[in-house]
Amino acid sequence: MVLGLETPLGLLLLASALIALRLRNLLAAAVTLSVFSFISALIYLVMGAVDVAFTEAVVGAGITGVLFIVVLFHTSRRSID
Amino acid sequence: MTSSSRNPILITASRLLAPFIQLFALYVIFHGHFGPGGGFQGGAMLAASILMLRLSVGAERSELKFRKSWGTPVGALGAMIFAGTGLLTLLLGGRFLEYHFLPLPDLSRAELHSAGILLIEVGVSLAVMAVLVTIYDDIMEGPGGN
Repeated sequence: MVLGLETPLGLLLLASALIALRLRNLLAAAVTLSVFSFISALIYLVMGAVDVAFTEAVVGAGITGVLFIVVLFHTSRRSID
Repeated sequence: MTSSSRNPILITASRLLAPFIQLFALYVIFHGHFGPGGGFQGGAMLAASILMLRLSVGAERSELKFRKSWGTPVGALGAMIFAGTGLLTLLLGGRFLEYHFLPLPDLSRAELHSAGILLIEVGVSLAVMAVLVTIYDDIMEGPGGN
């Protein structure tokens, strides 16, 4: 692509994925997954797939984030760490 | 989630933002065949605005926007608009979703395609919005209730 933004965005995507995997706080992990989704939407946008980017931003960063947070409010952690 | 410790900044900001999100969602739905967007994205944005109200101002006050009992009827209505448009063209001699067989007078073939896609997008957006809000409501209700 002309802008050359794929590499930095891909590195950010990898960083957000690793952070979401490493976090022990599940609420923070859900928010980091929303960040992951939004960065992947930006990658789709850079590559020219505007419709896919729109869908990813709305569904990935909006709806699934809300659903994850609601499920987290309904669960409790049994282990103490 | 049903605690009474609600943040007034959160409530005011989400109540201010929700109409603008819904207006942009309507723009996305009705402008979908000229630019990026369409029924699914617009419906998901409408659902996101309602879910934001459900999370911030609480279930009982956000039901003024969209009641829990409306979910299944509105979703079924959206699916019926989609399938009904397709079956109407099928009945009038065309194939499934062949828009220029729609019974709208005084419209050229291209305008009929535009109108047909608009009908499809309205149906899809209604179905997506209602089903996403219903998924949230059912999760909040928890197991046991029906």
